[in-house]
This record gives sequence, structure tokens and C-alpha cells, in this order.
Amino acid sequence: MVKIVHGAIRAGAALVALAIALPAFAQETVKIGAVYPLSGNSASTGNYAKMAFEMGADIINNGNPELAKIFPLAKGGGLPGLKGAKIQMVIADNQGTPAAGQNQTLRLITEEKVAALICCYQSGITLTASAVAERYGVPFLNAESVAANLTERGFKWFFRTTPVAADFAKAYSTFLKEQQAAGRKVDSIALVHENTEYGNSVSSVISDAFKKDGLNITMNVAYSANSTDVQPQVLQLKEKNPDVVIFVSYTSDAILYAKTMKEVNWKPAILIADDGGFNDPAFTKAMGSVTEGLISRSVFAPGKPGSVPAILDALYKKKTGGDGLDDVSARVLQGFFVVADAINRAGSTDPAKIRDALKATDLKPDQLVAGYDGVKFDDKGQNVLASTLVTQLRNSQYVSVWPKARATDPLVLPYKGW
Amino acid sequence: MGMTLVQVVVSGLLLGAVYSLFSSGLTLIWGMMNVVNFAHGDFVMLGMYTAVVVWTALGGGPWASVPVAAILIATLGIVSYFLLVRHIMRGPMLAQILGTFGLALFLRYGALWIFGANFKTLPDDLVGHSFIVGGIRFEGARVLAGLVGLAVTLLLHFILTRTSVGSRMLAVSEDAVAAQLMGIRPQRMQALAWGLAGAATGIAGALIATFFYTSPTVGETLSIVAFVTVALGGFGSVLGALVAGLLIGVIESLSAFLIGPVYKDVIVYTVFVLVLWFRPQGLMGKA
Repeated sequence: MVKIVHGAIRAGAALVALAIALPAFAQETVKIGAVYPLSGNSASTGNYAKMAFEMGADIINNGNPELAKIFPLAKGGGLPGLKGAKIQMVIADNQGTPAAGQNQTLRLITEEKVAALICCYQSGITLTASAVAERYGVPFLNAESVAANLTERGFKWFFRTTPVAADFAKAYSTFLKEQQAAGRKVDSIALVHENTEYGNSVSSVISDAFKKDGLNITMNVAYSANSTDVQPQVLQLKEKNPDVVIFVSYTSDAILYAKTMKEVNWKPAILIADDGGFNDPAFTKAMGSVTEGLISRSVFAPGKPGSVPAILDALYKKKTGGDGLDDVSARVLQGFFVVADAINRAGSTDPAKIRDALKATDLKPDQLVAGYDGVKFDDKGQNVLASTLVTQLRNSQYVSVWPKARATDPLVLPYKGW
Repeated sequence: MGMTLVQVVVSGLLLGAVYSLFSSGLTLIWGMMNVVNFAHGDFVMLGMYTAVVVWTALGGGPWASVPVAAILIATLGIVSYFLLVRHIMRGPMLAQILGTFGLALFLRYGALWIFGANFKTLPDDLVGHSFIVGGIRFEGARVLAGLVGLAVTLLLHFILTRTSVGSRMLAVSEDAVAAQLMGIRPQRMQALAWGLAGAATGIAGALIATFFYTSPTVGETLSIVAFVTVALGGFGSVLGALVAGLLIGVIESLSAFLIGPVYKDVIVYTVFVLVLWFRPQGLMGKA
């Protein structure tokens, strides 16, 4: 009898010991939330972003030997700073509306208890969603919204890795001035932009910068990205016939404008599209053949074989079944690596520690997938080392043409179209 | 300025003809059974995807995709009637609204699942290039869609007002019980209405796909216009939808050109509200 009791006690003790020991063996996970447009008008961009996140998490959790030589976090086995905790991406749908973005952000914070958030592509949604994160004190990183006011709100939990409208405006203005010096006409410039946060803010920054540099914006057209028809606008452009047209658009409207310009048979000598929809792989695939020579901006150029962007580009092609990284997906992936790096250095899922780690971020250009000069945040949370390239569409692929130092291909003007 | 203005009006008329083509299926179903089909836009979306699939799989243009889409979406309409609409019609108005709205979400996210979120477009020379008559530029795809739109609308109007099937359908819509006493089977007529509406909607989708982008949510973008067109023309009036469609197309184009694209919706909806103020039944609806 005593023996049996003894045995039972021993077994019990062993069980208790096992129960205590178990958590140490159990694979811990760190949840990172992402709220992107998986449905709605920008759904194609959102789904490419989703694939970038999944690929990023897979690299950190399972490793990539080639990448590990340059990028320590790619050794595999999770985050070394958290004893090999794996990253779990929780990706929610913002449906392309600020209200849904806000609700999903709230859900990820309160229900999923994510350690940090990466959000939201559309500037208007980033604006509302980041306010929720600020209220709950959760680190919020934005990788691609360019509206200027996002970092001007005195937020303490907001970080942004992407270059902003002022950087682009400066690039366009310098680029056009150089064309002018080379003898091309840039006397009249039309600015055509969609009328939510992204289009309005970017176009107003461009107008200000151009005014300062003595470039003449003769026409300013705002339109709704949900338009069913853009013929009247293209006819208006045809009548005024400006030398340069700059578009600030999302994907569906970019497709309509490209189609309609061919229908109406009109093209300017220089056509600049401020990224956005014009850089969506769905756009280049569908409309590339009728927009040859379109000028855009991008932070992504694949670069030399063996470099971080080249390796990741190849991996991404495998993931998507053929589409390489583009301007948006490269910025998204960069945002993810910045957050992963910060959580790793924080060595904890405590929001305040992650925020402090983000503040101390100092990434060098050779470790980046995006073509920035580095990642380092100022007091407002803006990456001060963000920068951009000017690209041109050639055979449905963007190649970098400016500035000369980083160009891979020569610039070809005038705009050819179809 | 003068010539461009004429061009704007012409493209407005073509756009309007497409709007009425797009809306005829919606107004037909309302006229026949007092049911608002909130899945209408998504029926059009499936018609558009039919055209995309017919082109990518078989290389067929609208001559192939229009009949296929008409048959497919007509079948979808009849199936939706028997599986869903027939049952929710016995419930309160709210059940009808939520029922077809649920169908809309089902189709939209089904398409997202099957086709993915990417925008698809058909090659722009599928219907033939644009041509110039008297200095005015006409684009092949839009002219085709506009003409077929006119033809389909007039055909539907003819069926409803000049044929015995049409009379029987109208009899069911006026008083189903009385019609039944006259030897008409209401369910058969209503299923036929859903089939006809589906066919018209499928044709609309296949034609719109030749000059518009196709994505799972495109129905949402287009269906607001359809509802305005139908309400302005008079719920249930096929000819009304035609007139209203043309009117909206021209107003939209002119105001976008003369005042600015962000204001075009304001102008369209102001006209819309004013018309309904004086004629709540719409331009050609029955009081």
C-alpha cells in the first residue's frame, strides 16, 4: 500500500515537473499583425503584400542559407533574441475602407494580442488605424503610405520606413529640370490625381515643390478612383495638350486612364505616373504594351546577383508564380524586416521595449531589400534615410533610369505609349 | 472646343447606352416580382469573367463570349430563383434585401477565391480599332456595347408588351393569384423573368469586359450606377432605364468635362433627386 502511495506521489511529482518544464520546450510564437486591402479596389496590391509577409516570416522561421551570409536574421530557427521564437503573421482585410481598417486593427490588438502592427497601404486607412494603435500603445509601422501629415501628429508609437511625397516631388522636379536643360519642352504640366488622402496630399506636395522650382502646373484635375469612365478627362487633356502629365492613381483608375488614352489617341511627350496603381503587377501585365516609356518611381531595383534584393526577388518570383518584387511589395517586405529586427533586438514582446528598439533601428543599405540609403527614424518616426529612383517602363518591366549614378538603363523620350 | 464638346456628348451617349444595357436586367426583375436584386452587379461581374475566360482559354472574342455569358448567367438567374429567391419572397421585405445581398457577397468572394484579386483586361483590339466619322472618334468596343445595349433593351420591351409570354409575365406581376386562376403558372413565369434578366445581364457583362477592367469587386463599382439608372427611369420600366441611362451618361460626361470629375456625381445625383421630387415613380414608371 505504502509503495503504491509512494509511486503515485512520484508519478504526480514527475507530472508537475513536466508541466513546469513544458513551456520551455514549447515553440513560442510572436504575433505580428498586418491590415491590408485583401478585397476592394486595391485587393491585388494587398494580396501581393500578403505574399511578401508570408515569405518574410518563412525566411526568419525556416532560414535561407544564401541570404544568411548578408542578413543575420535569415539563419532560420526564428528570432535568436527571443530564444528562437517563430513569427506568426496575422493578416486582416481592411477592405479598402478606413472604418474596416480601424476595426480590424482593434481586433488584432485586443483579440489576437499582436506584438506590433504593419499597416495599411492606403494613406487614408493608415491615418485612422494608427490612431487605434496609438491609443492602445502598440508599435505601428507603416511601410508604404506617403501622405505627409501621417508623421505630423505627434504620435509616439508610429514609425514609417517609406520615402514620402516631398522626396518624390523633389525627385520629379529635379528630373524635369534636367530634361528642360537638355532642351525638352516642360512649359505646361498637368497634374491628374485621385481625390482621397493619397492623391490629394501627394499632388499638393508636388504643386508646392514645382512652384518653388519654377515649374508651371497649368492644369490640376481631381477625380474619384471609383469612376466608371474617364473619357471626359482625357478629352480635356487632349484639348489642352500639356507637355507633361503626372498621374497620382490607384490600380483600377490607372487601367482606365491607360485604356482611354489609347482610345482617344492622345499622349504627352513626358508621362509620369506617381507609382501607386501604375506599379501594380496587374497594371504592367495588362497595360504594359500600351504604356511603353511611362516614367514612374520605385524604391526597388533587383540589383547585382547575390545582393539582398536579387535573392529576395528570386524567392518572391517562386512564391507568386512569376511576379517579381515591385515598388510596393519591396517596401512592404522592408517594413516587415524592420519590425522583425526590432522585436529581435528588444528580446521581448513587450510593446514599450519593441518601440524603444524601433527607435534605435540603424540598418545599412546592403542589408535592405528596398533601395533606401538605410533605415533610421527621427523623433516623428520618419525614416530619414528613405530615398527613391526614377524608373521607366520598358517591355512591361520597370528599369531604373535616374539618377544617373543608380541607373541601369538609358532614359528614352518622348513617351511612346502603344 | 466645339468639336471636343460633340465628342464628349457622343462618348456620354455611348456610355449611357452601356448603363441602360447594364440596368435592364435589374429593372426587369423588379417589374416582374417587386424584388430588388442586390446581386445584380455581381451577375454582371460573372458575365465579365465569362468573357475573360472564353478569351484566355479559347481565344474567342465577344462573338463567342456573348452567347456563352447569356446562357451561363441566365442559368445562374434561374438557379438563384429556385434555390433562393422563391423562398425568401415569402418572407418580409428585409429578408429579400438581405437574401439577395447575401447572394451578392457569396458570388463576389467566390470570384475572389477562384479568379484571385488581380485585375484582368481583354486586349483592346478584340472588337476592332476605333474609327473616325465626321471628326468624331468612335471606339469599336463601346459602339458594339452601345448598339447591343439598345437592341437588347428594345427586345425586352417588345417581349414584355407585344408577346403572349410577356402578357403572362405581366399578369403574374400584377396579381399572381388571379393569373394562376387563368391557367398561368406564376413560378414558371418568375423563373423565366430571372432567366431573361440573367441573359441580358450576361450579355452586358461580356460586352463591358471588352473595354473595362475585370475584378471580383467590379460589380460594386458598376451597380450604384445601375440602381440610379433604374430608379430614375422608373422601377420596372425597361424603356425608362434606356432613357435614364442615356441621360446619366451624357450628364456625367458633360459635367466631368466642363466642371470637373469630382463634381460629376454631385450633378448626376442632383438631377436624380430633382426628378424624383417631381416624379417619384421615375421618368417612365407607373404611378
